Amino acid sequence: MVGLIFNRLLVAIPVLLAVITITFLMIHSAPGGPFDYDRVVSSEVMQQLNQKYNLDAPLYEQYFDYLSNLLRGDLGPSFRYPGRTVNEMIFSGLPITFELALYSIAFAILLGICFGSMAALKRNTWLDYLPMTISMAGICIPSIVLGPLLSLVFGIWLGWLPVSGWIDGIPESKILPVITLGTAYAAYCARLSRGGMLEVLGQDYIRTARAKGLSEFRVVVFHALRGGLIPVVSFLGPAIAGLLAGSFVVETIFNIPGLGRFYVQAAFNRDYTMILGTTIFFSFLIIIFNLLADIVGAAMDPRVREDNSK
Amino acid sequence: MNELVSTSNLWRDALRRLKANRLALAGAIFVFVLILLALLTPFIAPYEYDFQNRGLSSSGPSLNHWLGTDYLGRDLLTRMLYGSRISLLVGFVATFVALIIGVSWGTVAGYLGGRVDSLMMRIVDALYGIPFIILIILLMVVFGRNLVLMFLAIGAVEWLTMARIVRAQVTSLRRTEFVLAAQAMGVSSISIMTRHLFPNTLGPVIVYATLTVPQVMLLEAFLSFLGLGVQAPMSSWGLLIRDGAVSMEESWWLLVFPATVFSITLFSLNFLGDGLRDALDPRSN
Amino acid sequence: MKNLKLKIFSISRTLVVFLLFNILILSCGQRSTPVEDSIQDQVLYLGNGTEPQDLDPHIVTGVPEHKVLLSLLEGLVVSHPEGKGYLPGVAKKWEISDDGKEYLFYLNENAKWSNGARVTAEDFVYSWKRILLPTTAAQYAYMLYVLENAEDFNKGKIQDFSKVGVKAINDSTLKVTLRNSTPYFLSLLVHYSTWPVYKPIIEKFGEIDSRGTEWTRPGNFIGNGPYVLEEWKLNDVIIVKKNPYYWDKDTVSIKEIRFFASDNETSEDLRYRSGMLHYLNTIKVTKIQSYKESYPKQTRIEPYYGTYYYRINVTKDELKDKKVRQALSHAINRKEIVEKVSRGEQIPAFSFTPPDPVNFYPSTQIEFNPKKARKLFKEAGFSESKKFPKIEILYNTSEGHQKIAEAIQAMWKENLNIDVELVNVDWKTYLDRQKNLDFYISRAGWIGDYPDPNSFLDMMLSGGGNNQTGWSNLEYDNLIRKAAEATSTEERYKYFDKAEHILIDELPLIPIYTYTRVYMLHPYVKGWHPTILDTHPYQFLSLEP
Repeated sequence: MVGLIFNRLLVAIPVLLAVITITFLMIHSAPGGPFDYDRVVSSEVMQQLNQKYNLDAPLYEQYFDYLSNLLRGDLGPSFRYPGRTVNEMIFSGLPITFELALYSIAFAILLGICFGSMAALKRNTWLDYLPMTISMAGICIPSIVLGPLLSLVFGIWLGWLPVSGWIDGIPESKILPVITLGTAYAAYCARLSRGGMLEVLGQDYIRTARAKGLSEFRVVVFHALRGGLIPVVSFLGPAIAGLLAGSFVVETIFNIPGLGRFYVQAAFNRDYTMILGTTIFFSFLIIIFNLLADIVGAAMDPRVREDNSK
Repeated sequence: MNELVSTSNLWRDALRRLKANRLALAGAIFVFVLILLALLTPFIAPYEYDFQNRGLSSSGPSLNHWLGTDYLGRDLLTRMLYGSRISLLVGFVATFVALIIGVSWGTVAGYLGGRVDSLMMRIVDALYGIPFIILIILLMVVFGRNLVLMFLAIGAVEWLTMARIVRAQVTSLRRTEFVLAAQAMGVSSISIMTRHLFPNTLGPVIVYATLTVPQVMLLEAFLSFLGLGVQAPMSSWGLLIRDGAVSMEESWWLLVFPATVFSITLFSLNFLGDGLRDALDPRSN
Repeated sequence: MKNLKLKIFSISRTLVVFLLFNILILSCGQRSTPVEDSIQDQVLYLGNGTEPQDLDPHIVTGVPEHKVLLSLLEGLVVSHPEGKGYLPGVAKKWEISDDGKEYLFYLNENAKWSNGARVTAEDFVYSWKRILLPTTAAQYAYMLYVLENAEDFNKGKIQDFSKVGVKAINDSTLKVTLRNSTPYFLSLLVHYSTWPVYKPIIEKFGEIDSRGTEWTRPGNFIGNGPYVLEEWKLNDVIIVKKNPYYWDKDTVSIKEIRFFASDNETSEDLRYRSGMLHYLNTIKVTKIQSYKESYPKQTRIEPYYGTYYYRINVTKDELKDKKVRQALSHAINRKEIVEKVSRGEQIPAFSFTPPDPVNFYPSTQIEFNPKKARKLFKEAGFSESKKFPKIEILYNTSEGHQKIAEAIQAMWKENLNIDVELVNVDWKTYLDRQKNLDFYISRAGWIGDYPDPNSFLDMMLSGGGNNQTGWSNLEYDNLIRKAAEATSTEERYKYFDKAEHILIDELPLIPIYTYTRVYMLHPYVKGWHPTILDTHPYQFLSLEP
């Protein structure tokens, strides 16, 4: 297990380096720079600005400067927001994106497992078809439709929930974004847990448990669910990664000041350091969550553990 | 020879099983009709895709415009038909790109095995750590709305899982008699891979490809949402949905029709993919 | 038995989930909205567009920044709330010499910084030096080029700031010397680039020319405006509270203002309609019509000092010929664009400078005449047999720009039978391609920095940074120069009018329409009047039912 973690972290370093290099090259070959405004900046001013931000140095020099600062944990100043450092901006957006992703995944797991195991237990009845059709719909309705639709219905027409924002004192402001982001993943969870449960329910140890006269409740909750959820667990790593990276859509729809929105803004603003900083952060998070998912999966399933030790 | 017979039997069985699955069949028919419509669009579309009837701005469904018109008085049905060409093209071409890269990567890794295999798979593992969506956004922002670029970029994201699936399949086939026999007869590695291994991975690959197409179409919709979709006045479903979502209160038809067709298409592809999986997996019998 | 238990189990589980949802949804019930409570709390909620880059008046360049700074700082004079000239700000009165080149400002001794210190004439000298210093690299330094020697100082040709036309005679007298008589000088003083900053706080966090230091953070910021900075949540909200040291604090009735940042018009719109904002920055084009009907009192459409136009790259072979450009212009039905596409009651343009009935009203004309357009096109040598080559319209991603571009594309197709491609790129790419003249035709908009034709016309000078068409015309340059040196308003306007005629004949740019401000305002907000530059000083606003 320790070997696995160590190995993965070792691999992560070249990956991060590759991400940084690709991103760096891409942004510097992009047309337009951070200091292009609709009121054209005179060449004297532009020169001063480039000098201040070291943009007039050769590219390789900027690259190595960036890397050496990165090693010291300094992601540099933002080019778009002169008074801000990238570190500061990331740490202002990250907790919000993180919270959003966390609630969404909790929502997805809870709803998904309920629907999925219900469907598996009631295979081929309406209690199977209905949740499965709903979950397919969940996968097929893009969040760019679901989000505006939800805020129109619950925010404007019914007036029950705030239409946008992510306000700490008002928990209901978080309901719509979480549903919008979580629905597709809930649907996947439902489908996966249905499949997992079906497989487990047909296995000998469940039959044994039933034969021993255990109550159905105990059989389902303590025996079947544990095995049936393995596919869900192995899906969680990529799911959280996807949630984090996909959060920009929901953050834009609901005007949430999270990292995903910062990233999209930075890309449009040519905020070089901010683009690099957020990209690095996202890769880092994705690597960590993939690793976590593998560890949990291995801990839950003896077969997976063997596979990895090979 | 024996192998061939059994393969074709397998396919026939699969087809039979697929036919029995009504949802999957319906999905297949829908997708087929859709592709047909997309191909025939220039002949069957009621209007030109950029024809504007500015006097008839945002009018609801009527006899002349079955699905209504948009803000500039353009026929929604026409725009959806033309949009289907783009959206399906993006879906299928990007999936095809993913398929090419994924299958070759997976086959080579699986066939060669050993160090090469573990190195190649380590690379795939590592690439999972790259926030691709984020890089695609950057790519589209930086290099503009270029369809070819979009195909390549999305294809480059989706091949990873494909490679894993193919590799697993090939690894299990590598030690079977017919491959060993071919090797003993001195057949070159390349032709073993292309003639013998590849056809046997086709089942899971088709299943995965069918499930990839809807994902790619969703991604295209996301990019459109950020204003990174196709170039106006061309349309794509993603673009139509985005525009529709903005004006859904005033003109419901602009959202409802494209979003419904889009969702049904994704539905169909997903059901078809599931059906194919069940059909191609003998265990499901 | 087992089955029953199982059923109960699965049903109860489903119930729990649904109950949780219901509790969540119902618990919030119908609480009163911030706007409904605002009469009680006297808090103004404003939708403010994108996140401000910073709050340093000498660094920033944008409308959202301006709106926040308007609450935090104050210049020598203040905009009249109804747009009728200028009221005393930090200066309680001023004298203008007969030749219009010398201004004496007498400062109000009650004008204080938000820490209680006096605002002195020296503060202005320091601030203007700061923005003009080449090392500050301020984009808006050119606003002060009207001062004697300011341009030379900013461009590094002279090093000695004492040669620049601004002096503190004593604490409360500021003397300003201009290059030419500049009738619009006072209007520059309501622009944030000319506002003062507090030297001790600037130098506590950096040098005079430091960019992006922490002095603009809540707790550090020291201003002299009606409000002080209380809180700043990135990409979310900026909160300002009434400044107890403001000299005119008795006029200020609103206790607190919250500026909400949003880069998504739809979400801001929803916020407004659910009672979370008093002010919605823009209404989407597709919604203007229906809002005019459903919210007639809140939907505001007012004149705005800006022009929407298409730049033409005259260095391209296809567009070199004046006749081609005239044909393109005649083939655009501006009335239809305004009525059917942009729909914000904009005025079809007939000049580059927005027509102002009170001041400068250009005598030029532009007509929609497809016949004439086709004739001109023929004269330029294009016909059925010799088709016009394919050109492109460049625009930055935006629903509004796209709709107009699509309409113009269709009009050119209908009236001239030419094929035009639309090229939609992101903002920075758009700016870059314009700067490098890498386009055929590109959409553009210009909002005057100050309410004077010069703000538009000096842009088209040969080689001007914002010209971006490759066009140059000596006669035109001369007219603009003469206008700057003119001594009477009549004479100035005569030169400007001649310049307009040259522009409209040569058409390096095709004006489409004169902007309007289309926004929503809650009826609680009182004292908000239409002004041509959309400036609404907060001290004159109030919240009343």
